[in-house]
Amino acid sequence: MNEQSRPFEMSIGDSGQVASDTSTGASKVTSRNVCVFYGDKQALFDVNLDIPDRSVMSLIGPSGCGKSTFLRSLNRMNDTIPGCRVTGEIKVDGRDIHDPELDVVELRGRVGMVFQKPNPFPKSIFDNIAYGPRIHGLARSKSHLEEIVITSLEKAGLLGEVKDRIHEPGTGLSGGQQQRLCIARAIAVNPELILMDEPCSALDPIATAKIEELIDELKKNYCIIIVTHSMQQAARVSQRTAFFHLGILVEEGPTAEIFTNPKDKRTQDYITGRFG
Amino acid sequence: MTEHTVKSYEEELALLDKKIAQMGGLAEQLLGKSLEALERRDPSLAEEVVLSDRMIDNLEREIEEQVISMVARRQPMADDLRHIMGALRITTDLERIGDLAKNIAKRSLAIADESHPKPLMSGIRHMVELALSQLKEVLDAYAERDADKALAVWRHDAQIDAMYNSLFRELLTYMMEDPRNIGISTHLLFGAKNIERVGDHTTNIAETVHFLVRGFNIADDRPKDDQTSSTLISSS
Repeated sequence: MNEQSRPFEMSIGDSGQVASDTSTGASKVTSRNVCVFYGDKQALFDVNLDIPDRSVMSLIGPSGCGKSTFLRSLNRMNDTIPGCRVTGEIKVDGRDIHDPELDVVELRGRVGMVFQKPNPFPKSIFDNIAYGPRIHGLARSKSHLEEIVITSLEKAGLLGEVKDRIHEPGTGLSGGQQQRLCIARAIAVNPELILMDEPCSALDPIATAKIEELIDELKKNYCIIIVTHSMQQAARVSQRTAFFHLGILVEEGPTAEIFTNPKDKRTQDYITGRFG
Repeated sequence: MTEHTVKSYEEELALLDKKIAQMGGLAEQLLGKSLEALERRDPSLAEEVVLSDRMIDNLEREIEEQVISMVARRQPMADDLRHIMGALRITTDLERIGDLAKNIAKRSLAIADESHPKPLMSGIRHMVELALSQLKEVLDAYAERDADKALAVWRHDAQIDAMYNSLFRELLTYMMEDPRNIGISTHLLFGAKNIERVGDHTTNIAETVHFLVRGFNIADDRPKDDQTSSTLISSS
């Protein structure tokens, strides 16, 4: 293959010149030499990435660059794809997520996920959020469950808009509200990590702004990783940005630096709209 | 450099460079002409300078409008962002240079009937020549995206400052020799100060070019040699 197939060789976090990093410095997620194969086809090549806690990391890159593949390997969602193989090491809070002793269901409880299209269950708003705490046995009583639902709605900035129709179907909400419902559902199980795969691409600018405001609020307590095709969104919401291309992590650093003075020409060409 | 996928973006960036080059050329011309007007005591040349300063002002407005529209429509990133913001800053410095040149030309009208002391005039000429060559270099550095060239210009400004210092002292002495010299000396002093300011704007442009190319500011402190703010020559 061409020179782009060489492993990622930049040391991470070495260029903190304009870092507006609010994180505590400790890595929530570390990945070492992560490779992902779909059958014979290699989709990710030796990805080494440290993701700090209580901050937002955005993953950018052209379609098919491996950013979603990387995101999905963080909660082992790739396990469900036949022929998919992951090598290398991924640790969440220092614990190897491929440890055979680890319960995948428990892992997915710790790692919440929000998708491109809002996908509420065909249930009431209340039941959408109560679902996770119920199956994970997080609620001690009926009133505790109600409390979890209300706090989750509040954290997702949705409570004011839905408090009078909490037992109506979640599918009756607007797109932006549905997406915030999905975020409320994700945080109801008290995850440590929230993965968002293009959470705003199906939303209008106002709903997008509300989600971004919410992300800003959530990053005080969670580690958030967001895949986005909107460079402006990555620039607005994240503290650090990682650029993927052809399955390689090309460059990672403080967001302000990636968007004003990227080190790699491929990053530069991508974010300025020069990819041929 | 790889071209943008959107061709009109590429054309807008090229147009921005073309306008900066045009504005820079005009500023050079203006400064040269203002010196000539001063030396030849030519009021019509001075009028010409005042008029062409308007062209610079118009170009500045055009560039400003283009930059605002590009930021709004293109949301530039990385080198494009630095290019567009750099152009905005450079245009402001060039406009100031135009103003300073115009001011020199206006002074030439005020002192057209006075006798011009030769050694002082040659001092002014030297300053203008140096300022012009610095301006030319920095405009080349912008056109060629040459950060080293910009850095050289930036370091070179100390020379203009040194010349201004010595001219300042000479003018003070000249005034003390005969109070009738105060009128023309004051005008020449402001003229020299204007040229020194042109040098400062040129170094601003050099800093902008450096940032535009490399993505970070020049790290070390510029050697500043203008000591006139603390200079006093007493007559006793």
